[in-house]
Parts: sequence; C-alpha cells; structure tokens
Amino acid sequence: MSEIPVWLAVLVGGLSILGAAFTLLGCIGLARFDSFYARIHAPTLGTSLGSIAILLASIVYFTVSAQRPAVHEVLILVFVSITTPVTLMLLARAALYRDRAERSGDVPPQWGQDIVVERTDTPTEG
Amino acid sequence: MSAAILHWCLLLSQLLVGLALILATYRMIRGPRAQDRILALDAFYVAAMLMLVLFGIRIGSNIYFEVALLIGALSFVGTVALAKFLMRGEVIE
Repeated sequence: MSEIPVWLAVLVGGLSILGAAFTLLGCIGLARFDSFYARIHAPTLGTSLGSIAILLASIVYFTVSAQRPAVHEVLILVFVSITTPVTLMLLARAALYRDRAERSGDVPPQWGQDIVVERTDTPTEG
Repeated sequence: MSAAILHWCLLLSQLLVGLALILATYRMIRGPRAQDRILALDAFYVAAMLMLVLFGIRIGSNIYFEVALLIGALSFVGTVALAKFLMRGEVIE
C-alpha cells in the first residue's frame, strides 16, 4: 500500500469521501423528512451518486494497484441502478394502497371510485 | 505520505457511512409505519454495501467485492418481498 503515487491516493480518497457524504446526506433526509412520500426520495441520493463515487474509487484503486483493468465493480453499479427504481416503485405503490384503504392523510382519492365528475353543461331537453 | 492520505480519507469516509447507518437505524426503530421501516432497511442495506466496498479498498483485497455483490442481491429480494407483503398480506399469490 505504500508504493502508490500521491495523485492516486488523493483521487481515491476524494472520491470515497464524496460518495460517503452523498450517502450520509440521503440518510439525513431519511431521518428528518416529515411524510413517507417525501422520505422515499432521500435515500436514492446514496444509491445513485454515493454508489457511483465509491465504486469509481474502487475501480481506480484496483486498476492502478493491480496494473490491469479491474472493472468488476461495474457489476454492482449496474445491478443497484436497475433494481432500486423497481423496489422503490413497489414500496410507494404499497404505501399508497394502504393509505387509500385506510383513507388517512392527504392522499388523493383513487380515480373512478371516490371522484364524482360534475357535469357543467346542462342536459338538453329532448 | 500517500499511504497516510489514503488511510485518513478512508477512515473519514467510513465514519460518514457509519453515521448514515446510525441514521437509517434510527428511522427503522422510530418509523411510524411499516413502509418507513422497510425504506430504512433498504437504505441500511445500501450503506452497508458501500461500507464493505470501502473496507475492500482499505485491505486491498477482492474478497469484499463479492460480499458487497451478495448484499446488493439480497437487498433487492428482501425489499421486493416485504413490499409485496405490505400490498396484499401475502408474498406469493
């Protein structure tokens, strides 16, 4: 670990601190926001930008220290980027379903069940 | 010189990710409803995976990469199963 150049140490350390700071920001938002629908947006900062920065640091470090391209961290990046929207969409739909079933909070009603469309034009006499 | 820079930068980023893990645990314990706890569990999984990648850079070994990949896969399966359970009360219909 002692024979690596200084620019590599600065680059890897800066990328890892950047990614860790993004992850921490996402979790601060998760802990501090008020409603669930605001909270579900915050941790995506950690899963997108935090993962990108930390895995890029890992790629750079292992590529230079092993003297050959080490890009297998891209596997984690692709997997996380594909699966995170799927899980968050399923979770948001489940939360919406539960809130609508209980009629709680400020959730908009479901179209077609609770909304009665008012006709503005008067029906013409036939 | 460079080893010291890398050591302290990695230590700082591990402390930041550890703070993120503590905040996710706080939301998981306190969260008013079940969907908040599941969301906090998902954020906890991602932060733990990034912590393992940072450990891998610090040790200089490729072993931690496979553990991180495994944790990513388990996070997806676990969150999908829990969200499905919240939706209908069953995992497999």
